[in-house]
Amino acid sequence: MQFRLLVGQGAWLMTMGLKITAVECTMLEITDLKKTYEGGFEALKGVSLSIHEGEIIALLGPNGAGKTTLISTICGITTSSSGQIKVGGFCVEKEFRAARSLIGLVPQEINLEPFETVMNTVKFSRGLFGKRRDDAYIESILRKLSLWEKRGARVMELSGGMKRRVLIAKALSHEPKVLFLDEPTAGVDVELRKDMWEIVEELRASGVTIILTTHYIEEAEAIADRIGVINKGQLLLVEEKAALMARFGQKQLRIELQDGITDLPDSLAAYDLTLEEGGASLVYAYDTKADRTGITTLLSDLASAGLVLRDLQTEQSSLEDIFVDLVKEEQS
Amino acid sequence: MNWAAMKAIYVNEMVRFFRTITQSFVSPVISTSLYFVVFGSAIGSRIEQVDGVSYGAFIVPGLIMLSIMTQAIANASFGIYFPKFIGTIYELLSAPVNFIEIVIGYVGAAATKSLFLGVVILITAGFFVDLSIAHPIAMMAFMVLTCVSFSLLGFIIGIWAKNFEQLQLVPLLIVTPLVFLGGSFYSISMLPPFWQTVTLFNPVVYLISGFRWSFFGLADVPVFTSLFAIGGFTAICLAAVWWIFKTGWRIRS
Repeated sequence: MQFRLLVGQGAWLMTMGLKITAVECTMLEITDLKKTYEGGFEALKGVSLSIHEGEIIALLGPNGAGKTTLISTICGITTSSSGQIKVGGFCVEKEFRAARSLIGLVPQEINLEPFETVMNTVKFSRGLFGKRRDDAYIESILRKLSLWEKRGARVMELSGGMKRRVLIAKALSHEPKVLFLDEPTAGVDVELRKDMWEIVEELRASGVTIILTTHYIEEAEAIADRIGVINKGQLLLVEEKAALMARFGQKQLRIELQDGITDLPDSLAAYDLTLEEGGASLVYAYDTKADRTGITTLLSDLASAGLVLRDLQTEQSSLEDIFVDLVKEEQS
Repeated sequence: MNWAAMKAIYVNEMVRFFRTITQSFVSPVISTSLYFVVFGSAIGSRIEQVDGVSYGAFIVPGLIMLSIMTQAIANASFGIYFPKFIGTIYELLSAPVNFIEIVIGYVGAAATKSLFLGVVILITAGFFVDLSIAHPIAMMAFMVLTCVSFSLLGFIIGIWAKNFEQLQLVPLLIVTPLVFLGGSFYSISMLPPFWQTVTLFNPVVYLISGFRWSFFGLADVPVFTSLFAIGGFTAICLAAVWWIFKTGWRIRS
């Protein structure tokens, strides 16, 4: 009960200038969630996750990892085998009305009635969630998603990108507090993807909690606060994006040489060096967390070996590299 | 109760009905007219009267029942199967609605459509034969109950069906033969005694008999038996729908 009073108050307290660092409003609480399908396939093997109000969390994982099953179970499309899910403090099974009223879902597939008009299908969604008719609100959503001019068009007449926008409009039609985006930019062009990111940013600004699943690692890197990696029905980790990058991130030092070499001098054999670009550059991988990166001694030894440097560059490993490493580690 | 959700489902289904008004309205009217031409004129000229009622008028209740039963099943089964087929069922399953609200929305719309059709056929029949309705309230009650119960049956078929072939299977192989053999176009007293007994195992006989009684005061079986039959059928369908939503059978994985 105490929690329920807190839901939605985080943003309000902030606007009042009150310091709320001690108060964390949990919007979604998943405890030891398991799902085994009839055929015996274990899609979720005890997932626990807590998501705060106003947060954007990206769930990364390969195909069949359990991302969509997790979302479907939270939203009520799939039943769980065991475990508990609370949305806004409401149990999704016992208090399904209150819990589901808070949720908006943008599914992975473009599931829309083709013969319906944009306006009617969005209005239908609002009604289904028990909200009174509000034409002004629907208009604001359609305008925000650049759908207003298409409001009278049938869904079947729209492009793939526009259909995805309609799915988002439907999900937002009942003013949800939690929005699930199940691979929302799969198969859409770069421009539309960036538009989507802007929409997500606007939603976050309005206090909506967003859970995103994606294959596009740069998408998670660009918009998420926290990253969760899921594989084979298990949540391998959930961490702040910056902390994750720092924890797993490796850096590379690329050293361009004035004169190319064919083999590494013996004096440099102790370093983790690789020759690239036909011997024109050396790449040195080092751990940012280590006490010593070894860069200073390497540069000194390079000079001693008579190698003249033309340029130096450092590169941070991407989230994609981290993700691949994590999944590989799990598989091994 | 989530009244707004019920209204949204109902209105959405009715919009579909009016969007395909030619298919929904004109084709049953033409079919009924053809039945009157074939059965009423061609065959009716050889059977002048059945229990004192002209054959043309006698077949009207059966024709209405035939149409509303098949249309109620078709509308309700398609209404719930289509969202399953195109994937929009996710929205229904993730919405804050319970099974009663979903059923009232879908079944209510399907029953309304078939009731509307029944009234249209009744009016169309008025152009072909002289009709009098002995018990108008009972006639409406039988019609409404039939529309609701067969819409419930259609709803169950729509959830059960995994493809369009299965969607057509029960109406074509079970319901239509039962309706044709249930006394739509004849009185079961016209059959040999053995077949009269066999026919009594056909549940549709009770519905058509009760409905015909409301028109002409004539019945093959006692009218309260008819009421009990249709009430029982509705209760069985309701129990089946309740079980489906409780277990998530064929809708929630």
